[in-house]
Amino acid sequence: MPSFVITEKCDGCKGGDKTACMYICPNDLMVLEPNSMLAYNQEPDQCWECFSCVKICPTQAIEVRGYADFVPLGSSIMPMLGTEDVMWTCKFRNGTIKRFKFPIRTTPEGAANAYADLKGKDLDSELLATEEADGYVMLTPIATV
Amino acid sequence: MALPNKPLGELKAVKDPEVEELEVDYLIVGGGMAATGTAFEIKKWAKEDAKILLVDKASLERSGAVAQGLSAINTYIGTAQGDNTPDDYVRMVRNDLMGIVREDLIFDLGNHVDDSVYLFEEWGLPIWKMSDDGKKLDGKKGMKVGTLKSGATPVRTGKWQIMINGESYKRIVAEAAKLALGEDNILERVFIVELLLDANEENRIAGAVGFSVRENKVYIIKCNTMMVACGGAVNIYQPRSVGEGKGRAWYPIWNAGSTYTMCMKVGAELTMMENRFTPSRYKDGYGPVGAWFLLFKAKTLNGLGEGYVGSEAAQAELQKYAPYGTAAITPTCLRNHLMIFEMKEGRGPIMMDTVNALKTMGEKLDKREMKALESEAWENFLDMTCGQANLWCGTNTEPAVKNSEIMPTEPYLLGSHSGCCGLWVSGPDFDWVPEEYKIRYKEKVYNRMTTVNGLFTSGDGVGASGHKFSSGSHAEGRQCAKSMARFVRDNADFKPAISQSNEELVDLVYKPVRLFLEHCDYTTAIDINPNYLKPEGMTYRLMKAAHEYGAGTATYYQTSSKSLEMVMEMLQLMHEDCEKLAAGDLHELMRAWEIEHRIWTLESHLRHIQFRKETRYPGFYYQSDYPGVDDENWFCFVNSKYDPKAKSWDIFKKDYIQIIPD
Repeated sequence: MPSFVITEKCDGCKGGDKTACMYICPNDLMVLEPNSMLAYNQEPDQCWECFSCVKICPTQAIEVRGYADFVPLGSSIMPMLGTEDVMWTCKFRNGTIKRFKFPIRTTPEGAANAYADLKGKDLDSELLATEEADGYVMLTPIATV
Repeated sequence: MALPNKPLGELKAVKDPEVEELEVDYLIVGGGMAATGTAFEIKKWAKEDAKILLVDKASLERSGAVAQGLSAINTYIGTAQGDNTPDDYVRMVRNDLMGIVREDLIFDLGNHVDDSVYLFEEWGLPIWKMSDDGKKLDGKKGMKVGTLKSGATPVRTGKWQIMINGESYKRIVAEAAKLALGEDNILERVFIVELLLDANEENRIAGAVGFSVRENKVYIIKCNTMMVACGGAVNIYQPRSVGEGKGRAWYPIWNAGSTYTMCMKVGAELTMMENRFTPSRYKDGYGPVGAWFLLFKAKTLNGLGEGYVGSEAAQAELQKYAPYGTAAITPTCLRNHLMIFEMKEGRGPIMMDTVNALKTMGEKLDKREMKALESEAWENFLDMTCGQANLWCGTNTEPAVKNSEIMPTEPYLLGSHSGCCGLWVSGPDFDWVPEEYKIRYKEKVYNRMTTVNGLFTSGDGVGASGHKFSSGSHAEGRQCAKSMARFVRDNADFKPAISQSNEELVDLVYKPVRLFLEHCDYTTAIDINPNYLKPEGMTYRLMKAAHEYGAGTATYYQTSSKSLEMVMEMLQLMHEDCEKLAAGDLHELMRAWEIEHRIWTLESHLRHIQFRKETRYPGFYYQSDYPGVDDENWFCFVNSKYDPKAKSWDIFKKDYIQIIPD
C-alpha cells in the first residue's frame, strides 16, 4: 500500500505549521484531504517504503502494510525516532517480535557545523575550503602511463 | 474515490498559474548528496553579495537517494589511515567498469572524498570504529577512539567501504547544507523541467524553468551558472513487481532521468549512456547484499545447492572476459553474468546462504556477540531498505534458519553507484590530465563543467566515473561549487537573456494542464479521453517497450539490432504523444514532466547500445548480434550530442586515454 494513515490517530497536523507527512514525502505522495482534514497516500504503488512519513508523524498515525504483490500479511515494522537513536519493533507473521536500537546522530539537532565563517582564500587551486584551512596537500598520481 | 471529471489530486491545477521571475548568479538544481555538497561549499567561495538559489523537487531533509538512510559509506579512501591511494581507487573503478572510465575524474574525486566523510562525522553521523583490541564499536560507542580525521580506524567491510549508523545520514547532511546556504536561498517542492540557453550567446546556459508542486506557480529563473544534479533514472524499465511492489525500486523511485534529459536537451554531450546497472539484490525487497558478502562472508548457491561461482564452468566463463574477468575482484556485471548463466541453464533460483554464513561466524562468537551480529544484519536493512526487513518479517525469515533468494533487478541508469552513464564533463586543470579531457570556456578550464558553457553537473550526472556513491557525490558537488565560483568571477559581466517569452514558457510547462482543462468534460471518466493521455498510461507504454525490446528482464537483458530498430520507432511515437499528455492536478503535472524526462533518457540509452557494436557489460545487457567484448574496435567511449536547433542526434567514438598504469 505501502504507507497508510489511521483515521482515528491523524489530526491533519492542525496544530502544526505544516502537514508533516506531506512536507517530508520525497515522492509527493502524502496529501491532506481538505474536507476531512485527514492525510492519505495518493499513489501507493509509487511508495518506496522509505518510512519518512512514519518517522515524522507527530501522532504515530502512519504505518506501512507490506506490498500486496509479495509480502504476506501479518507482519509490521515500526520505528520510533528519537534525537539520538531509532528504536525498531519488527513483528513477524508468526508473532515473533524483535526489537533493535541503533544510534542515528552523535550531535544535537541543529548543531551541524556549516563553517559559516570560513572563507576560501585561493579560488584558483582545486582545494575545498576545509582542505585549504587544514593545509591538505593534494595527491598526484604516483605514476602515469 | 474520484468523481467523474474531478481531478484526482488534491492540489488542482489552473489554466493560468502565477509567474515568478528570479535572477541569480548561481542556480543549484537538485537536493541530494551532490547538491547539498554544492550548497555547503558555495558561500565559502562566492562573493559576499552573490545570489544563490537551490531548487529541490522534494524537501531537502529527505530527498534524493539517501532519503531513508544508508548503512555504509562505500567510498572512503582512508588517506589519514594510510589505507588506500587514489591511484588504487582508479584501478578498482576501471576494472569494475570493464576498462573504459575517465581516470582523471576518478583520481580527482579520490583526492577530496575523505574530506566530506570527515565533515559527516563532525556533523553527527555515527561511524563505526575498531577498538584497540580489535572489536567493532557502533558509531556512538566508537566516538571514544577518536575521529576518522584524527586517524581512528573505521570498520571496513571491503577495501573501500566503511560501516555507519546511517538512518539520519541525509537529514544531517541537509542540515549542514541549509545552515551554510540559508533557508531563504532554498526553494523546496519546485520541479525544474527545462534548461534555457542564452538568447545572445551560442551554447551558453542562461536559466531554467519549472513549477511548484504545492501552488499554481511557474518559476522562470535566470542565472550566470548552474549545477544540475537530480540523480539517475528509475522506472524506465518495467520492474519485476508490477503491482504495489513496483514502488520498491532499488534506486529512488522519484529519479526520473531529469539530470540527463534536461542537459541533453540543451546540447550537452553525453558519455557511456549505454552503461546501466542491474544490481543483484534480495529478491523483491531489494535489500542490500554488500554487507552479507563482505561483512558476513556469505556465499551464493544455485538451485541445486552448489556454490556455482567457484565452479569450473564459471571460471571458464570469466576467462573469456580477461583481464577484467580474471582480476582479483570480479566486475559487478560479470558476477551478474554468472548468475544469469545459472538461471538460464535451469539451475535457479540463486540463494544467499545466510544460514551457513551466520553459523560459521557464530562458531567464533559468544552469545552476546551473536546477538550483536543479528542486530547488525537487521540494521543493514532497517537503515536503508526498510521494506526488505518487512519482507523478512512477513515471510518469517530468520537469516540464521532460512536462506533468501537473490536476483538481478530491472535496469537502472546512474553515474554514481556501480554504473557510469552521464554527462561528458571537464577534468581538473592539472598537467597530468590530458588536454582531451579538459573543457575550456574563453581559454579557461572549469572542472566538472559540461560541454554547455556555464552548466555543471555532479553525482549521478557525471559520466564515465562510477563508484562515487554518497560521499563521492557530496565531494563532487563541493568541487562544482568552487569551479562555479571561478566561472562567475571570470564572467561577472554576463547578463543572461532568454529568447522565449514568459507566456511561451508558461505554455510549455502548463501545456498538460491546459490540454486537460480544455477536454476533460468530453468524457464521463477523466482518465479515458481521445484528446489526451494521462502520464500513468505513458509510463506503462515506456516501461513495456523498454522491457520487451530494450534488454529488460523480459529477455534476460538481451536485445538485438532489429529490436533496437523497432523500439526507436516506438520512442518516436511516444515523443509525439507526449504532446498530448494531460494533468489535472499539480502532482499529475509532476508525473507528466517526469515521463517526458524518462523517455528522452531511455532513448539516449538505447541509441548508445545501438551504436556500440559489442557487448561491453555482459550481465548488465547483451547485444545478441554483437556478443562478447571487442577491445579492438570498441575500447573507447561512446559519446552523443543532441542538437537542440537541428533537433538531431550525433553519436560518435571518443578516445579513452589511460593515465594510471595497470
